[in-house]
Amino acid sequence: MDDDSRHALFEYLLRLGDDRLVLGHRLSEWCGHGPILEEDIALTNIALDCIGQANNFLQLAGSVENKGRTADDLAYFREAIEFKNLMLVEQPNGDFAYTIARQFLFDVFSFHLLEELQHSSHQELAGIAAKAVKEDRYHLRHSREWVLRLGDGTDESHQRIQSAFNDLWMYTGEIFQADKVDDLLFEKGISVDLKSIESKWSENVSEALTEATLAVPDAEQYMASGSRQGIHTEYLGHMLTEMQILTRSFPEAKW
Amino acid sequence: MPPTKEEIFQFLTEVNDPEIPVLSIVEMGIVREVELQDDSVRVVITPTYSGCPAMKVIEEEIVSALQKKGFENVTTRTVFSPSWTTDWLSEETKLKLKEYGIAPPGRASEQDSSGTLREIICPFCDSNKTELRSEFGSTACKSLHYCNNCQQPFEHFKCI
Repeated sequence: MDDDSRHALFEYLLRLGDDRLVLGHRLSEWCGHGPILEEDIALTNIALDCIGQANNFLQLAGSVENKGRTADDLAYFREAIEFKNLMLVEQPNGDFAYTIARQFLFDVFSFHLLEELQHSSHQELAGIAAKAVKEDRYHLRHSREWVLRLGDGTDESHQRIQSAFNDLWMYTGEIFQADKVDDLLFEKGISVDLKSIESKWSENVSEALTEATLAVPDAEQYMASGSRQGIHTEYLGHMLTEMQILTRSFPEAKW
Repeated sequence: MPPTKEEIFQFLTEVNDPEIPVLSIVEMGIVREVELQDDSVRVVITPTYSGCPAMKVIEEEIVSALQKKGFENVTTRTVFSPSWTTDWLSEETKLKLKEYGIAPPGRASEQDSSGTLREIICPFCDSNKTELRSEFGSTACKSLHYCNNCQQPFEHFKCI
């Protein structure tokens, strides 16, 4: 593999890993705070899947980079500006409806993305994706069910999830913005065509929101962008401070 | 006589899954291959789920089980492909799960694309009058159900 492709692949794997690491960490914040016991367990189970998937992608990123960095090095010893996760997944948990809306918007994207990535010409990447997509199918079914229940539930649950979708919508535009990393890897059959993922995403999201008696937010509104280049909302830095402090204070800690 | 792969597989049937102690890691399909070279043994394993927290314990137990059998140089290697599926559980293994009180998985290959759950049969009274309580149970690989016939909660090994 030439240097340009290797660098692009490293960046791409960081995106895949960081999306799942940051979302997994957010979900883990629900541990012990879920609205009911079953949901507490469900959200932490999904957190575990996300962090496991992140570990696999970041481990591969470290080996592609070939500078001896492990998944832990990448997770705990990078600054916010070096994280390449979407702004969507770093948004704070808010109430349960907010967490579900964020999860659903990501799950639809992740499921379709991984479904394609399991056919990537890069064998190790394809293997991790083929495993993860089976887990994502469960995540998506879980979040979609809750979108329907909250949207078509009580007046209050309807209002709460509608405002969550309205608030989060501005972070959905950048999900499908392809840059030169995407283009180069797509040419080589390693990554996927984000345009085709976008049309599936729009269809699935509109379908679920409509079924849940919710309004699909206006697609023409202002969209934030830049997270794939390391630009984030203020929330990521705060989250990382908490996530990274133990390892940074005690770099050799084992338990 | 150097050991054969079959012997090593046999030794590994003594290592149980820490979260489902009635099954060995061989029955679970976690052990994919055994590589022998001179006096070293390398056991190739695959995780059930990407984030399965038991993998670290399983790796340690493989090493210690084989060391007890006199192998000094034991390592493990993790692979993701082909990805683990409940279809690798034999009928005999599924029966063990049921006897342990966990409803066994159906065949993943028979699921429709949305992964719709088939009817889950209660492992205690064999009734089909059961309901799903949560898709996520005490571990990622299990879901929570309730039997309306014998009024017992039970876990189902998810089909994946």
